[in-house]
Amino acid sequence: MSFTLHNYVLSGNCYKIRLMASLLNVTYESIAVDFHPGQEHKSEPLLQLNPAGTLPVLTTTDGTVLTETQAMLVWLAQQHDPSNSWWPVHSKPQITRVVQWLGFASRLTATVGELRLHSMLNKPVNVTAVKTGAKVVLRELESHLTEQRINNLQWLTGDTPTVADIACFPYTALSPDAGIEHDDYPAIRRWLHRLRSLPGFITMPGIYELHELRKPDGYTVSDATL
Amino acid sequence: MNGIEHALEYWYPIAMHNELSNGQTRRARLLEKELLLSGGANDSLTVTCNERPLALQSAFDHWWVTLSENPLPLFTIPEADEAERRFVPCGVVRVACSPLRAVENFLDIAHFPFVHTDVLGAEPHTEVYKYDVKIDESKDEVIASNIRFYQPQAAKSAEGGIETEYIYRVPAPMVAILYKTCPQKADAMDVIALFVQPLDEQTCDVWPWMALYDDTSTMADLIQFQQLIFLQDRSILENQIPRKLPLDPGLEIPTRADLTSISYRRWLKKRGAYYGALENC
Ligand SMILES: N[C@H](CCC(=O)N[C@@H](CS)C(=O)NCC(=O)O)C(=O)O
Ligand SMILES: [Fe+2]
Repeated sequence: MSFTLHNYVLSGNCYKIRLMASLLNVTYESIAVDFHPGQEHKSEPLLQLNPAGTLPVLTTTDGTVLTETQAMLVWLAQQHDPSNSWWPVHSKPQITRVVQWLGFASRLTATVGELRLHSMLNKPVNVTAVKTGAKVVLRELESHLTEQRINNLQWLTGDTPTVADIACFPYTALSPDAGIEHDDYPAIRRWLHRLRSLPGFITMPGIYELHELRKPDGYTVSDATL
Repeated sequence: MNGIEHALEYWYPIAMHNELSNGQTRRARLLEKELLLSGGANDSLTVTCNERPLALQSAFDHWWVTLSENPLPLFTIPEADEAERRFVPCGVVRVACSPLRAVENFLDIAHFPFVHTDVLGAEPHTEVYKYDVKIDESKDEVIASNIRFYQPQAAKSAEGGIETEYIYRVPAPMVAILYKTCPQKADAMDVIALFVQPLDEQTCDVWPWMALYDDTSTMADLIQFQQLIFLQDRSILENQIPRKLPLDPGLEIPTRADLTSISYRRWLKKRGAYYGALENC
């Protein structure tokens, strides 16, 4: 076991770590935290681990505690990606763009993520503000991906996927859970599709396997998220 | 009329036990009415609608409320009295769909391999074998029994795939209960229920509840297993068109597996349970 993850099955941020670990073929120990209805992430033992009271929390065997998903993704890539492609240390311009999009991922959590928690679990939020914010953020991502396509680049920061793509993937893919369908975002749809085709891809509720990767005749629901 | 008068006769889940502490309040919606919940001393609760206190009762780890002066009795779950079971209220999930659709989807096993892939079903085990559906006249419930289905992971406690047996009960229009093979106790069945709180005809709050034999999993593990499954359903439910449930055959093409669904729809129609249905009565 390379690390322990305090985990919640419906959290898009926890899913980033599960997904990155699966893509890098890393096993780990998962501890289920009763986020809903138990609010266990706000309980004393969890607050001692992460005073911010958020999930996920990643602890490494040498005792490092990480509470920011973006840092966890970088840690995973540094430890387990010998090709250095997910965290492209050899390209200074690309790594700058990666950090830029890691930051952008937090805006997705704060808008789409919050709206989703409101729609699903009735979390009290300023609905108008997060809904407007979500559409602004998705529109920005759509323009960027369109531009990348014009430059013949398939991914957020270049021609290979990086931790930035993983960081931005979950809440973009889960926006229908929050009532924002993907119909108006063709470049986003193509990028989500590409990400779901990666070897080692795993699902979570609201994000399904690709139809064409399943057996013929199999009825699937992938169109709902495509 | 859209069946609201009929719907008003029932009890609905409104909160979990111990959810509101003394002095804490929360707003809620039930059948298009605004309610106010207030926690009191000793885990008590009061619920009012326009300042009128409503009748409340406690059952299956939840508070149940009715808007009627003369409600039908609440259904029973005898297994709720079996002290050796683990009782697991799973919280509440909001779904933008008709409350009847939430129940109907729960009764359908054919979707398991496609929606709950590698958990409640897997290809190529997609066939639904013949089973029995009847209306239990004494209790006026829909009962489907003798259902068998191959499941890769039937429960948190299951170690590997098993052929699972299912029985379904619909004791009220917005309640579905299933009994399934318990992986840990050969002679017993686990109980999983969906208690649906209708907010309006196209929105509901769903309170899953379980009564299991499992003395190894943590509570958080049990809840997350159920939430994983229910949230897979949620994205499907929100995409169903029309949003309300059609009671007349022909509007949607039923498959062989839909025997339970057909009986459920007929049973709804017969009793005038049109709230959340496409047709008006
Ligand atoms: N620490 C930040 C935030 C993670 C986050 O927002 N997690 C959500 C679950 S997906 C959470 O725990 N929310 C609880 C709260 O904000 O109170 C990160 O890793 O990006
Ligand atoms: Fe389901």
